[in-house]
Amino acid sequence: MELRQFCSQSRVVIVAGKGGVGKTTVTAALALAATRAGLSVLICEIEGKSGLAAAFDSAALEYDEIELAPTLRARTIAPNDAMVDYLESHGMKRMSRRLANSGALDVVATAVPGMKDILVLGKIKSLEQEAIADLIIVDAPAAGHAITFLMAAQGLLDAVRVGPIRKQAAEVAELLHDPARCQVILVTLPEETPVNELIETAYEVEERAGVALGPVVINGCLADLGTAVADATKLGASQFGAPENASPEFGAPAFSGDDIDARVVANAHAAVAFQSERRTMQQAQLARLASSLPLPQIELPQLLSASIGRPELEALADALVQGIEAL
Amino acid sequence: MTSPTTSPTTSPTTSPTTSPTTSPTTSPAEYDANAFVLLVDAREIVVCCGTGGVGKTTTAAVIAIEAARRGRRAVVVTIDPARRLADALGLTELSDEPKQIDPQIWAVSDVSASSSASSSASGSGGTSRGSLSALMLDTKSTFDKLVTEHAPDPPAAQRILDNRFYRNVSGALGGTQEYMAMEKLYELHASGSFDIIVIDTPPSRHALDFLDAPERLMRLLDNRMFRLLMAPTKTYMKVASVALQALLRTVSRVVGREVVDDAIAFFQAFEGMEEGFRLRAAKVQTLIDDPATAFVLVTAPRRDAVDEAAYFAQRLATNGLAVAGLIVNRIHPPFGDADPAELRARAGGNAALLQLADMREIALRERTMLEGLTGKIPSDAVGYVPLLAHDVHDIATLTSVASHLFTP
Repeated sequence: MELRQFCSQSRVVIVAGKGGVGKTTVTAALALAATRAGLSVLICEIEGKSGLAAAFDSAALEYDEIELAPTLRARTIAPNDAMVDYLESHGMKRMSRRLANSGALDVVATAVPGMKDILVLGKIKSLEQEAIADLIIVDAPAAGHAITFLMAAQGLLDAVRVGPIRKQAAEVAELLHDPARCQVILVTLPEETPVNELIETAYEVEERAGVALGPVVINGCLADLGTAVADATKLGASQFGAPENASPEFGAPAFSGDDIDARVVANAHAAVAFQSERRTMQQAQLARLASSLPLPQIELPQLLSASIGRPELEALADALVQGIEAL
Repeated sequence: MTSPTTSPTTSPTTSPTTSPTTSPTTSPAEYDANAFVLLVDAREIVVCCGTGGVGKTTTAAVIAIEAARRGRRAVVVTIDPARRLADALGLTELSDEPKQIDPQIWAVSDVSASSSASSSASGSGGTSRGSLSALMLDTKSTFDKLVTEHAPDPPAAQRILDNRFYRNVSGALGGTQEYMAMEKLYELHASGSFDIIVIDTPPSRHALDFLDAPERLMRLLDNRMFRLLMAPTKTYMKVASVALQALLRTVSRVVGREVVDDAIAFFQAFEGMEEGFRLRAAKVQTLIDDPATAFVLVTAPRRDAVDEAAYFAQRLATNGLAVAGLIVNRIHPPFGDADPAELRARAGGNAALLQLADMREIALRERTMLEGLTGKIPSDAVGYVPLLAHDVHDIATLTSVASHLFTP
């Protein structure tokens, strides 16, 4: 699929996944990919403290938009701010700050589960209606919470029978249930537990929350080892001397001799064996994911660098674009 | 070649059975397995904290199993274990009562698959006295029990249990799960049935939600607005009450009157029980502060996990609590000590050597990250568990994780 077409499928994309799978990284890479297609992008952080701003070398995000890159802006949408915003735009300006500061939101949010989520999603909906950017990417709460987040509108419609919040929930439900306006991209790692959780989440998002799913993004995929296995066997005859103490098995005792080259050979064997075992495991998980979930997969490579900055995000955006174009 | 002595954390994976090359410079100060043995032998409560995806639940299970193997009556309280781990522990459903696990499943002699198991069981214990139980926290029933216990009479308890506001509170709402985990901890400790309770904290956005839980729940119950609403006629509150009534009208306009009525009914029914709750919260707090309670931080060589661990350690310190154990999971093996750039230069296009160079780079990156961490988090015990090729979901792999923490 063409990149611009992919990024224009719906104005709102919600990126979700369990903690530690690299949701924020995918959010940022997708945003960069969309800007390459000439689209303007707004990233909305729900939980804050994500490292997104740091990756762009920017100050921490706030409720007011900031520019991370040309045509790429970002902001947070915290429930308290969203409530103040909501009340102010509904003729309750005088009350709004006091209500937010009195702890009343905690009580009301407890009385009405999903209240906070509706305030946040309601804000996203109004940004969408204002067409504030060509693409709005939402860095969703961690999975589990993501389901609650997406189910909030329905739950609230059941619990609250009257009032403006009900109307708000109805409008949010309308947005979420329209694939031409909103879709969810799930992120995971090619490992057993994250894959299991992703499959569960996917069915819940689609069946219970009724939100359309885009492709699944899998982070941290190991590349094909290419000729590494064959090359490892050649090492014995090469400039590194015979690997008499090297065992190709992962977990084999280390060679402890003084011959540095022999040690390198032993470690090369071990490294290749380790990576190929990990890769085999990853491939099995990807295959299992494909057979349990009829969604296209986009693989992002594992990065070697210490921290995620602009160059790493650009590299991931490259891989993402490649994956999108192969869809 | 880089000199291994330049980095204090050159060899996190010290187990000779799994690390391809063990650095000869590992000193006991860097890696003291006895400290973890001491922890499972001496502590009564072990709280495992960490951000998502670092193997917190697994670590909690490993610690409890080791304690049982060393002859203690251990129980592990889990929040949301991955299916296969739950199966391995024989946990099939949420429950209120700990379920004893057949020693055949966890006792060392039965885990012949793991060569490293024997050494971890050679401690003081022996398996005859030890026992292992597990419990998957049921937040709602724990809360119900607490209400029933503190209500003045059964009808009052029922009024609360039936209240819609209460039903929302007792679901998995902000802070409730954390608080109920604490409550369960207190209950198990008070029962005297266990020598050691290992608890896995809920997957909070911030691990420290757990520490704040008693206070946050009390704050909700203490909410000034509703306290005043409950006693609107008391003259000294009259003035505040007028303003609050206005706030309340606003809330009613937004969410509807019946929601507000439910909440008021809840707070009214709750009055009188409050003192009991407050007392209990104070006792839970005392338990947290007790020297027999150990906080174990679980992390992984990942920027966000490391930052979160450092932040949590700082918070513990602010509360006057110490980190008893720091466990770094999922570390890549070091694969020797060669310099990646040098390897690449000498590789001559050999893909195996290039692969080794990549692995060395990852290893160096992780070690740099962890160097800062151990400096920031003073801990009695530091343990490193290597990245395994497969998920940890059966007793044999749990045993192999244990060997990295408890084998000197």
